[in-house]
Amino acid sequence: MSFISKDDVRHVAKLAELEFDDSEMEKMTSQLDRILGHVAKISQVDTSNVEPTSHMLNISNVYREDLKKQSLSSKEALSNAPEERDGGFLVPKID
Amino acid sequence: MELPLNFLPAHKLNKMLQERQVSATDIVSALLSAIDKVEAKMNAYLRVEKEGMLKSAADFDSGFNSGQDNILSGFSGIPVAIKDNICTKGITTTCASRILSNYIPVYDATVIRRLKNAGYILTGKANMDEFAMGSSNENSYFGPVKNPWDLERVPGGSSGGPAATVAAGTAICSLGSDTGGSIRQPASLCGVVGLKPTYGLVSRYGLIAFASSLDQIGPFSRDVEDSASLLNIICGWDEQDSTSISSVKNGSLDYTKYLVDDMKGLKIGVPKELMAAEVDDEVRAAVNRALKLAEDAGAFIGEISLPSLEYALSVYYIIAPSEASSNLSRFDGVRYGYRNRDAATLRGMYKKSRAQGFGPEVKRRIMIGTYSLSAGYYDAYYEKAQRVRTLINNDFNRAFKKYDVLISPTSPSTAFKIGEKADDPLKMYMSDICTIPVNLSGLPAISIPAGLSSQRLPIGLQIIADTLREDNIFRVAYTLEKAIGFNSHPINLYE
Repeated sequence: MSFISKDDVRHVAKLAELEFDDSEMEKMTSQLDRILGHVAKISQVDTSNVEPTSHMLNISNVYREDLKKQSLSSKEALSNAPEERDGGFLVPKID
Repeated sequence: MELPLNFLPAHKLNKMLQERQVSATDIVSALLSAIDKVEAKMNAYLRVEKEGMLKSAADFDSGFNSGQDNILSGFSGIPVAIKDNICTKGITTTCASRILSNYIPVYDATVIRRLKNAGYILTGKANMDEFAMGSSNENSYFGPVKNPWDLERVPGGSSGGPAATVAAGTAICSLGSDTGGSIRQPASLCGVVGLKPTYGLVSRYGLIAFASSLDQIGPFSRDVEDSASLLNIICGWDEQDSTSISSVKNGSLDYTKYLVDDMKGLKIGVPKELMAAEVDDEVRAAVNRALKLAEDAGAFIGEISLPSLEYALSVYYIIAPSEASSNLSRFDGVRYGYRNRDAATLRGMYKKSRAQGFGPEVKRRIMIGTYSLSAGYYDAYYEKAQRVRTLINNDFNRAFKKYDVLISPTSPSTAFKIGEKADDPLKMYMSDICTIPVNLSGLPAISIPAGLSSQRLPIGLQIIADTLREDNIFRVAYTLEKAIGFNSHPINLYE
């Protein structure tokens, strides 16, 4: 049984902002198919009365006082930028 | 045989520093000479801070000699290696990825700030699987780390570098991160002690995120005492990590008081699912020998079944990639890291930067995660996995009503050959079957050496405790460490 088709993989790659050449696409499809085939076994488990767990801590929202604190200067924030101009991150034309 | 300085634990070095038998410069010189001899064979460091080490040591020595330094802090003058996914201000932090190969953090991770306050010396940034995804350290963009016990074998992963440096005497201790076993499994394969603390006990601020509900920073060390001392320094609430546990204050706990050689009356459960057929005979035998020692020391041993662990690997390989696909969307060539400069449009630049910047395993996990979270599949994969995660928690809760700790192998096998599992992702994922359930439930667990195999490869034993019960972990680990008496080092590396 096949869990994921090459078209699915192409679609997911688009969602993930990744691209693959033909041979990579071939390999990715067969590997994802095997992995998804393995993890699909959780569908056998009866979870009808079970709540989902997102993480282990019994906390919800964490707030702090709304006070101004020191943060990075724009020079520091831009220090790793591949390209910058006028105190901003420079990117190619938005398509 | 007297061990050289670079093979001593931090607590012994600290004592020698206090008694003025050695200087910090002596310790650093011993380490640097060890690095000269063996680092090229292992590739455990992505960057060695040679000048920084010598300067920190000289500063420590002159401060100490003029009576300024608070040497009672257990890590003053102690050289520690840091996994390269933990941000160090002004020092390249690459995650062993091309996409961050030029990234220089403008801030320190909270654990680094705390280690600096404790006076540690940074030896360098340790190699790892790219973005901490892997179990063999073969996924580093900068090449694999070799196991110091056998250079044809893997050190485990993803913290292969931090484990190998401590094992090989090129760091005294180190920090790693553990999402599904990335501290404990390499500790096991390299014959050192590796602790994954309770989720939320150590701040993740400045740890480059892989799977945020599972990631936790923890120490590698030569013995259990150093593990407790390092945890003292790095643990506790941090305003900058909203998932850090607020009831534990930094500096308020002293885990070394649980280092007692006594486990009379302690109840140890052995999950039969973790001693199953996949576990090598020699590994199982070593764990059984340790259990016998525990029984001789007055502990009660019982077998327990945790049936939902059968699904842990599947749950993990949905939840961890899902969180990763979200966390790694920030690497797009805009604010930091590698950018492809040929693309004429923004989305073209995203795609090309990511396609060229990430390695195959990282892409595989981003793809699994994106698929699991995508419309039409979310309920069947991500949400279903979260529900099965609850069942795994329920199994552990039931176990800790009856037992103080659980003991299992850390890894089903000793170190495997480089390349042996590289082409089969599923086979590689199986290396973590004993460690993954612990992360899903946010529990603390340690790996300690349990002996050597017939091929002279280390075997690790895992001790799991209930949430925030690191006290039980240290008590059992300390007692077993004494009873097992593991005292081997990969000295052949130096021949």
